Amino acid sequence: MMKRARQKVMVDNAVPQTSQENKKQKTCLYGSAFSESDPHASIDWGSLPHHVILRIFQFLPLVDRARASSVCRRWNEVFHIPDLWRRFEFELSQPATSYLKSTHPDLIQQIIKRHADHLQYVSFKVDSSTESAEAACNILSQLVNCSIKTLGLISTAKPSFMNVSKAHFASALTVVFVNSKSLSSIKIDDTPLDDPSLKVLVANNSDTLKLLKMSSCPHVSPAGVLCVADQCHGLKELALNYYILSDELLLALSSEKHVDLEHLRIDVVSENPGQVEFHTIKKQSWDAFVKHSPKVNIVMYFFLYEEEFDAFFREETPVTHLYFGRAVSKAMLGRIGLNCPRLIELVVCANGLQPLDDELIQIAQRCKNLTAMGLGECEVTCRGFIEFVKMCGGRLTQLSIMEEVLIPDNDYSLDRLHLEVSKHLGRMWFPDMMPTW
Amino acid sequence: MRHRTIHLFRKGLRLHDNPALLAALQSSEVVYPVYILDRAFMTSSMHIGALRWHFLLQSLEDLRSSLRQLGSCLLVIQGEYKSVVRDHVQKWNITQVTLGAEMEPFYKEMEANIRGLGEELGFQVLSLMGHSLYNTQRILELNGGTPPLTYKRFLRILSLLGDPEVPVRNPTAEDFQRCSPPELGLAECYGVPLPTDLKIPPESISPWRGGESEGLQRLEQHLADQVHPADTGLCGWAEGWVASFTKPKTVPNSLLPSTTGLSPYFSTGCLSVRSFFYRLSNIYAQAKHHSLPPVSLQGQLLWREFFYTVASATPNFTKMAGNPICLQIRWYEDAERLHKWKTAQTGFPWIDAIMTQLRQEGWIHHLARHAAACFLTRGDLWISWEEGMKVFEELLLDADYSINAGNWMWLSASAFFHHYTRIFCPVRFGRRTDPEGQYIRKYLPILKNFPSKYIYEPWTASEEEQKQAGCIIGRDYPFPMVDHKEASDHNLQLMKQAREEQHRIAQLTRDDADDPMEMKLKRDHSEESLTKTKAARMTEQT
Repeated sequence: MMKRARQKVMVDNAVPQTSQENKKQKTCLYGSAFSESDPHASIDWGSLPHHVILRIFQFLPLVDRARASSVCRRWNEVFHIPDLWRRFEFELSQPATSYLKSTHPDLIQQIIKRHADHLQYVSFKVDSSTESAEAACNILSQLVNCSIKTLGLISTAKPSFMNVSKAHFASALTVVFVNSKSLSSIKIDDTPLDDPSLKVLVANNSDTLKLLKMSSCPHVSPAGVLCVADQCHGLKELALNYYILSDELLLALSSEKHVDLEHLRIDVVSENPGQVEFHTIKKQSWDAFVKHSPKVNIVMYFFLYEEEFDAFFREETPVTHLYFGRAVSKAMLGRIGLNCPRLIELVVCANGLQPLDDELIQIAQRCKNLTAMGLGECEVTCRGFIEFVKMCGGRLTQLSIMEEVLIPDNDYSLDRLHLEVSKHLGRMWFPDMMPTW
Repeated sequence: MRHRTIHLFRKGLRLHDNPALLAALQSSEVVYPVYILDRAFMTSSMHIGALRWHFLLQSLEDLRSSLRQLGSCLLVIQGEYKSVVRDHVQKWNITQVTLGAEMEPFYKEMEANIRGLGEELGFQVLSLMGHSLYNTQRILELNGGTPPLTYKRFLRILSLLGDPEVPVRNPTAEDFQRCSPPELGLAECYGVPLPTDLKIPPESISPWRGGESEGLQRLEQHLADQVHPADTGLCGWAEGWVASFTKPKTVPNSLLPSTTGLSPYFSTGCLSVRSFFYRLSNIYAQAKHHSLPPVSLQGQLLWREFFYTVASATPNFTKMAGNPICLQIRWYEDAERLHKWKTAQTGFPWIDAIMTQLRQEGWIHHLARHAAACFLTRGDLWISWEEGMKVFEELLLDADYSINAGNWMWLSASAFFHHYTRIFCPVRFGRRTDPEGQYIRKYLPILKNFPSKYIYEPWTASEEEQKQAGCIIGRDYPFPMVDHKEASDHNLQLMKQAREEQHRIAQLTRDDADDPMEMKLKRDHSEESLTKTKAARMTEQT
């Protein structure tokens, strides 16, 4: 790295250093490495112009930059130029129990003291301990005078932000929400975010907000997210849980003032079977929504028990990406074939012991946009699967099925199947295989 | 020049398709078929339990008998191998040593040492590959010098290679006659030792007998079942290979010791994989309308080949530390829990029955291996896969350096396997496989009187019902050693964290091109780095 930089300097540097300046910078480590009799010793590292050092520093990872900053005063000055502090990811973890490296507390202090104003793209990556989440909130609380554009709170394992008190969390967020005034992207899944905080967010950032991801935030209500839709007309991406999705929300997102939505992600989660009654969204609401944003991706993640699917897909639903994280009933898959014409991607983690041939073939017939399919613990006959692939043809760019799912029949064995499927897809294809030993 | 040759059997304990032995016979005036029983070498290189010793000794006895029938004899020489070679090269005026090439590091070292002796004492060393389908070097070359790290990539490379080398011909009595077999007197001194001679505990009731003859017989049984499917009814499905490879939910018998299973014979080399491959290929070619055997039969050979290939070119393949393709996970160290798992005292009948069969018979169905391995590592106990690998190495008759390690990495989701959220439940998995619990009743007779309703989770039976079954949980059979839901939820988080951190290592052995979930993860990750580079570029402009 250094060598490359050196060559750059020789090309760029139009201003020769006088020997007097050289003498002044003798305290610099590299300066003293060059003897004055050396014809190539005209370069004094310590007195490179700031913009050159800045350019070099932009190539270095933080830890190397930090080391470089203690070499001499000029380099130290450059280290603190605001440009280098626009983006930062705070990594917070308890070393005794975590793999993640942690941002040094001294560095955190420095950033808060000198660079809070410069931060624009900020994220917090925390491990599963409450202490780390609380530390993140403490830092947030100190970012007064900031003008943050992007904020991300990421729990790498357990949702540790949920263990922080609502009040503490809310007040930390408020600092950022109120002071930034130009927030455009917020990723804040698995946190104790609540309606009042959303109000504050909206009150201060409605013109700039483009992305809001708040899946699994149990304190948010339908009214809370509705407030966001009503005020933030530039919102392009939204992620939330099904229980706060409402007809009103879809209509608010379809109002004339609102830009086209690009991405809507909906998590449908049930912790215990039969606990939740799922409401239905009216077809008219979906229709209006898609009419307003014809290119929108509607992504739904289902984590339900088999008996809980009744409310879904009884009418035409414009979903594009469907993921079933637990088992899904055969009847439900049948309805998907009937009612999801915009479907692009389908992943089924598990089904039951009955073959899904009919359902798959119907999906192939009616979901003309389907390009990706993944099948986990299900049952499909080889013949049915080949029929499915034949009907979809080359439009299936991704196809994944566990070998155990396929039931050999009189027409096809697994061996022949992989050749047939490869033929229809136009590329070499294999099912997912587990080793036998 | 006609050589005076010692042929060293190491693995490859067979006469059919043995390239090194054949080369010895074709190039020599005298051939001494030798097996060096270097106990110290064996025990320092691998864990070998009593059943494995029995299998080995039976295989040697069988080899001796087969050589006898061709007018030759097997000479089993006990001692440290370098001394044995040195002594006998000099005693018999040996000019050449032939042996099968093996890829395990300890065997490679042995070969290197013998070559060293060759230079010192003036004899040649000829080692020929016979243990794998393909020349591993060729596979590496076709993949640009590195091993293909996913099974799908491996299969694509194989499709470029075409079929494996054809097996070499069997040696005949004439071959041995020409190589004037050693005097009978010699043969008496170098007989196959009995287990008691080696102080190995007497054999238990393992239904698996070692040796090439036994292996060949099983092979014929396997294939005979396929050629005459009509005899067995049920639309052409035959007992032999179906019992091994059908999905377990329909055939609980697959868990019982297979009469046509072949894996221990491949790992010791009593059977040649190439011969089996070609026999199978012939059957595929001939059979037209009958249902073909599932590809997983030939697949077993290909999986073996895959792990051999990766192991041959991956440093520290059988360890986590220093293994570039393996996730570095801070597994718990818990000797007590490991012991409970090893000795079938987990309190989960499904797991305990599996570990009991393993210890008693030396073989368990591959799905049973999956269940036991998942339980020990990423599912419930969070103990290192290396510990499990050592136990399997000791107890499994088909224990194999690269396959054992490869599968343990797979099942612990340390490499090759990435759907770590799929954790086998020690109750449900067993119940799906064998709803009536016949397997449990056979290997854990203490539980045999429990009704099927309770047999997978006997602790849920009432005190009265336990009394009726003649087995009180906590006294006659242990309580479950963990709460599965709690343990597996916790472990899922640990795994998620480790994979976050080591995303790049996980990517190495991931087949993502066809899997929509994988592509989505890739997209998410690249999305993040895209925004990062965007932001970085913006900082430069301001």
